[in-house]
Amino acid sequence: MSDAADLPIDFIERMLQSPQCASLNLQLVSVGPARVAVRLPWREELAGDPDTGVIAGGAVTTLLDHVCGLAVGATSSEGTRSSTLDLRIDYMRAAAPRADVTGEAHCYRITHNIAFVRGQACDGDPADPIATAQGVFVLAPASAS
Amino acid sequence: MSEAAERLQAFLQKTPYVQFLGMGAELAGDEMTAVLPFSPHLVGNPTIPAVHGGVLGAFLEMTAMAQLSVLQKLTRAPKTIDLTVEYLRPALSKTTYARAEVRKVGRRVANVHAEAWQETRASPVALLRCNFLLGPGEG
Repeated sequence: MSDAADLPIDFIERMLQSPQCASLNLQLVSVGPARVAVRLPWREELAGDPDTGVIAGGAVTTLLDHVCGLAVGATSSEGTRSSTLDLRIDYMRAAAPRADVTGEAHCYRITHNIAFVRGQACDGDPADPIATAQGVFVLAPASAS
Repeated sequence: MSEAAERLQAFLQKTPYVQFLGMGAELAGDEMTAVLPFSPHLVGNPTIPAVHGGVLGAFLEMTAMAQLSVLQKLTRAPKTIDLTVEYLRPALSKTTYARAEVRKVGRRVANVHAEAWQETRASPVALLRCNFLLGPGEG
């Protein structure tokens, strides 16, 4: 079990302050060892289809990319920086109209240079995700050993 | 304005998220180039500064959808089934361009590849492969 003091909470919070995150209004839900969850609040501007009010796939893509990167960040007590190399997203179904979307990710394997991450996006029940993600990240040179 | 250009403009103007990104597109015949002007709110890494990787993925996905709208009249917005984004280089604080190639359009599914670049087309910043569900019916 990991002590909460070992988790890079400040690092994760800083990573959520980038202009794009601020403009999406991403909210930190939880941080655990190599695990992070973030909420993307619904708003009209992010709709992919104004007739249905369903959030755009692109916004969910950004949420999943970011939360997967944060999960890599949460693999060390000081925070691990990385860049996305490859991201695959499967869309199981459309989000419910006007629903907030929560993204969660787990970095299940990390090597000297590369981190492997799985994530998913939900609009309610975690057992019924709207999308799943599989990402590969390359660690920033300072973090690589 | 050609019918294809009208369909493209309708797609760009009616999609709120396209407006959020600030994305536009130019059409020469049936060849479309999507344009994403740099804007501070797109930045993911302020120290470089670089456009957020998710934004690039989203821009490529919207480019693929826009290209489908150029190609044919869509009865409803295509639904993304799956997508893969490959990141090759950081996208710096400059305009990003993208072009999409529709590899196949079937009755139900379309396969589209897209490529984004900044100053040099031969040095793309990101690549996309994507499948879309077309037409009416349940996703």
